Amino acid sequence: MSDINLQRRNFLKTAAGAAMVTVAPGMLLFDVAHGNPQSVGKVRWGMLIDTAACVPGCNDCVTACNKENGLSGGTSATDPQWIRKIEIKDISSGREVSLPMMCQHCEHPPCVDVCPTGASFKRMDGIVLVDKHLCIGCRYCMMACPYKARSFVHEPLSDQNPDVPRGKGTVESCTMCVHRIDQGGQPACAEACANKVILFGDLNDPDSEIAKKVRSVVSTQIRADLKLNPGVRYQGL
Amino acid sequence: MASYSIPQLRSHLFYVLMAVAGAIVLAAMFAVHSMEEQGHIITGMNNQIVWGMPHVFAIFLIIAASGVLNVSSIGSVFNKPAYKVRAPLAGLLSIAMLAGGLTVLMLDLGRPDRIIVAATNFNPTSVFAWNVVLYSGMFAAVTVYLWTLMEQRMYEWSKPAAFVVFIWRFVLTTGTGVIFSFLVARQAYGTAILPPLFIVISFAWGLAVFHVVQAAIYEWNGKLLDEYVQKRMRNLMGVFVIASLYFVATYHLTNIYFARQTEFESFILVEGGIYPQLFWIGYVLLGNVLPLLLIYLPALDRFKRIPVASLFIILGGFCLLYVFIIGGQAFPLDIFPGYSVSSSFADGEIGTYQPSLPEILLGLGGVGVAFLISAIGIRVLDFVPRELPKK
Repeated sequence: MSDINLQRRNFLKTAAGAAMVTVAPGMLLFDVAHGNPQSVGKVRWGMLIDTAACVPGCNDCVTACNKENGLSGGTSATDPQWIRKIEIKDISSGREVSLPMMCQHCEHPPCVDVCPTGASFKRMDGIVLVDKHLCIGCRYCMMACPYKARSFVHEPLSDQNPDVPRGKGTVESCTMCVHRIDQGGQPACAEACANKVILFGDLNDPDSEIAKKVRSVVSTQIRADLKLNPGVRYQGL
Repeated sequence: MASYSIPQLRSHLFYVLMAVAGAIVLAAMFAVHSMEEQGHIITGMNNQIVWGMPHVFAIFLIIAASGVLNVSSIGSVFNKPAYKVRAPLAGLLSIAMLAGGLTVLMLDLGRPDRIIVAATNFNPTSVFAWNVVLYSGMFAAVTVYLWTLMEQRMYEWSKPAAFVVFIWRFVLTTGTGVIFSFLVARQAYGTAILPPLFIVISFAWGLAVFHVVQAAIYEWNGKLLDEYVQKRMRNLMGVFVIASLYFVATYHLTNIYFARQTEFESFILVEGGIYPQLFWIGYVLLGNVLPLLLIYLPALDRFKRIPVASLFIILGGFCLLYVFIIGGQAFPLDIFPGYSVSSSFADGEIGTYQPSLPEILLGLGGVGVAFLISAIGIRVLDFVPRELPKK
């Protein structure tokens, strides 16, 4: 064995070590950011919204949401609005559409990425929530959300619904009525809509009504260009 | 007798200044208490303009805290003696402004009582969480650097310590710029030019703060700043101001080129009321053109042109941040490209924002904290630059 071999071996060892130190943190961050594909849950709760059936001026879904979640229903700039009706008009053709807008429960939610404490999180079933005990009220998630889906609680609260805890100084948004879903129910907005505009269900179950409909009709995700893969889809846009 | 009266007067004035700064900090604490009790409803912030006046102050202070360290870097890393004697003062100012800025950021939180959660629950994908590490590391790095400068036995370590600070502050300002770069869906943000832009404006704003403080110290002690040092530092500030203006211009020009961004640019630069006014008059005219004239026109020498230019640069900095942070949020999100939209949640509308007294007091409180730390530090420790005149 000559010295040259030993030197070569040492060099290789050092090089391999350096490469690992360089690459490992990146790999780790990539895994954290994108999740382990095998750990993704079987259920993905979602909604399909039929804008053709949504009546302009009808606010039943909004009213039901406010009642269910104990929101005041106020519409000042500081009042929380978990769901709102948006009237949109195609600038070139003049075609008008009315639709409900709420948290889109993205597969890759920017709010979860930016939250410093992990208060914004995504459940295994795809529902994006805010842990009110961890939220420090920095509002970075509100800056990051492309859908303006989040509200900040600007005032002290009273008469809360025990199923839906809220807190002054924290951020909140549509929970897809997770307290109802976990007991086998439907989101309040879907239930309240007389025209059955909002179809709720498991996107991952091929036999579910929503999965069948998503397969058979043209539906789009809002700001699909951002590739966040929202769990809420719109028909007739 | 008369010769004793001036120091006495100065001593009294010092305590008066302390009292004023203390009163501002107290008022800020009262404002924070009110915000805690009544919620952010007493601020001008709302669900569209979620970051307001406190963030303008905090980000200015944090950016300037990083930029002021240029003086240390040029001294200790690049071995320029004129800057090295000023390095301790720059380090102190950096710590003071960082403390002031972070105080404001922290106390503006919806739940400032939970600040410890930011340390115990760390989300590795959040640039905010990274900044928690970067900001606390900056305190540590600058403190160690100051120690190596002020303790004779440690002096040989001052260069490596300065190098760590040099790297750290670049990463820190990058982290601050990235807060906005990572916002994918906002027209004003979401561009990679922001971190370098923040770094360059930090040079200009940090040096401007340094000039103001240095001028005040020299005036206070009846000393005259060496002409050679004045000229060097003046020219350096001129270069930084031009460079920052270049970056801001590039940011807007690239935006104007993209059809999808022209509406936003016409809002910020032409039609947006207060925002174009602050941009053109506050930032461009008062914050850049006027300081550059003061810096480069020798005819203006009879004025205290460097401190005055610096004050205008600082004013311009606040104007730019107001336009960038608040104007950037006021412009509505483009949730439905190609559609006009309306809703009860102000979709498609320009956001309204009226800064309220409590949030302005909170921001000023951050400046007050920075002032108190600097003034007390300068008085009790040896931070005044000492040098021999150079020809």
